[in-house]
Amino acid sequence: MSAAAAVWGPRDPSALPRAALTVLIIALLWPGFRLAEFDLAVLFDPRNRDTVGKFIGTFFPLATSADFLQLLLKSTLETLAIATAGMVIAMLVGCPLALFVTRSLSISRIGPGRGYILGRVLRLPARFALMLFRSIPEIVWALLFVRAVGLGPAAGLLAIGVAYGGMLGKVYSEILESGDVRPTTALLETGSGRFVAFFYGMWPAALPELVSYTVYRWECAVRASVIMGFVGAGGLGQQMELSMRMLNGGEVSTILLIFLLLVVLADTLSALLRKLTA
Amino acid sequence: MSLRLDGVGLVYSNGYRAVNGVSISIGAGERVAIIGPSGAGKSTLLRLIATAQRPATGAIEVLGAAPWILGRGALRKLRSRIGMVHQAPPIPPRQRVVTAVLAGRVGQWPMWKGLASLAYPVDVAGAQSVLARMEITDKLFERCDRLSGGQLQRVGVARVLYQQPDLMLADEPVSAVDPALSDRVISELNREAVARRITLVASLHAVDLALHWFPRIIGLRAGEVEFDLPPVRVTDAMLRELYASEATVPTQGDQPLAVEAAGIRRKPMCS
Ligand SMILES: Nc1ncnc2c1ncn2[C@@H]1O[C@H](COP(=O)(O)OP(=O)(O)O)[C@@H](O)[C@H]1O
Ligand SMILES: [Mg+2]
Repeated sequence: MSAAAAVWGPRDPSALPRAALTVLIIALLWPGFRLAEFDLAVLFDPRNRDTVGKFIGTFFPLATSADFLQLLLKSTLETLAIATAGMVIAMLVGCPLALFVTRSLSISRIGPGRGYILGRVLRLPARFALMLFRSIPEIVWALLFVRAVGLGPAAGLLAIGVAYGGMLGKVYSEILESGDVRPTTALLETGSGRFVAFFYGMWPAALPELVSYTVYRWECAVRASVIMGFVGAGGLGQQMELSMRMLNGGEVSTILLIFLLLVVLADTLSALLRKLTA
Repeated sequence: MSLRLDGVGLVYSNGYRAVNGVSISIGAGERVAIIGPSGAGKSTLLRLIATAQRPATGAIEVLGAAPWILGRGALRKLRSRIGMVHQAPPIPPRQRVVTAVLAGRVGQWPMWKGLASLAYPVDVAGAQSVLARMEITDKLFERCDRLSGGQLQRVGVARVLYQQPDLMLADEPVSAVDPALSDRVISELNREAVARRITLVASLHAVDLALHWFPRIIGLRAGEVEFDLPPVRVTDAMLRELYASEATVPTQGDQPLAVEAAGIRRKPMCS
């Protein structure tokens, strides 16, 4: 035994892979920053600072006329409705797919009977569907659905439903995979089915995380529905696009303030639901 | 014949041979204790018997069926007839005791009944009666993460009692329970097995418990059967040999007990 081994004891076998991974991550991130032309100095260039200052100046004072506020209220409700209904569709798409692809819920993992191949083969297209849904940005889905169902909130709603359905399915299944699999395994080992094993073995432990991720996604859906408003899917986005086109900075900043309030609302809701489900 | 293993071996994915050429047969209604030092392969052997792990070599027959040639549905049905008390109870935190106990039968219930029971427990009385046998009726509606380790382990036993399996397996079912209650838990498992004429196979850390309660003792070491005898024929020398890798022969409450003179199996038991 060498002197070093005597002092340090046996070497940690996972130290080397861990160090290698760290170096690899840094090596991958660095060119990313270069490619994005990331340079802090640009922000402090006096000419740029001036332009930014003028741009921000046009945002004040806020637009607070009763007419405009009433209009905003209607658009806000429309945005919330698009986001919420879109999330419902997304959950209808995401939950079944997540339950279907989650490996720790699969009976064939603990040892199949004959005929398990079918399940494995069917899982592939399900994974592929999840990937397809989320690989296409929601704005592209929106443009697609605008052509299918015409201008208006329905297009935004469907776009959120499909794109976020893919994300929810993927993240739900990851949350379920990362939890303790022993309760589910034990249930599968006493002959229970996948669906029941999920509700008895994973649901209680995973619920808070599932809820808070869903609320976070809802918050993203609110933002997304705004962006989709720019392509004619209704709501606050459409309003914002009008105000910007008319170069009315005050109106834009009032709308931005509403965004902030919506995020605060989502945050509060998330905290509340977490406390309820804890 | 309730259980037959023929040259069963298992190699884990890291190349470790945990069970090696084990051949035993256990008749219906037999009660068998598996003892052996930690790492001997007791848990692995029980998992093989529970059809939770497929053996790499050898043949296995459980409740009159060869599990690994059954179709999906038949294998599920077979598994629903096997009950396993786990060493660390596989109960998710935040689940209520009543749900954890009723979960014992979700393998037998149709899906709608399992789901309905989440909305409102379908058999509160049934859960209560098995919890009474474990002396934790007062915890019926408590959350499982608010129980002590010993209480949780008894909930795990109650779940299997509620399941009413045809083959009852237990992997160190009292490792977290204090000595006085350990006796009670092991006696309930035995009583259940005798009353319903089902097979019970339990691995036990405490040798005195095994020798006191079980008519058949299997000594396991390094994945192989060292002896398979009724308790009166298990000698102190055999035990010392079996536990050669450990300082003492483990007993209840981890009281180091010398295996000499009187011999530990004659230690008076409160029951
Ligand atoms: N999943 C696993 N992968 C690799 N090795 C394992 C695994 N489970 C157990 N082992 C090893 O197999 C041996 C037997 O384990 P186990 O059956 O749990 O023994 P016991 O229950 O008698 O303490 C131990 O040496 C353990 O380290
Ligand atoms: Mg063990």
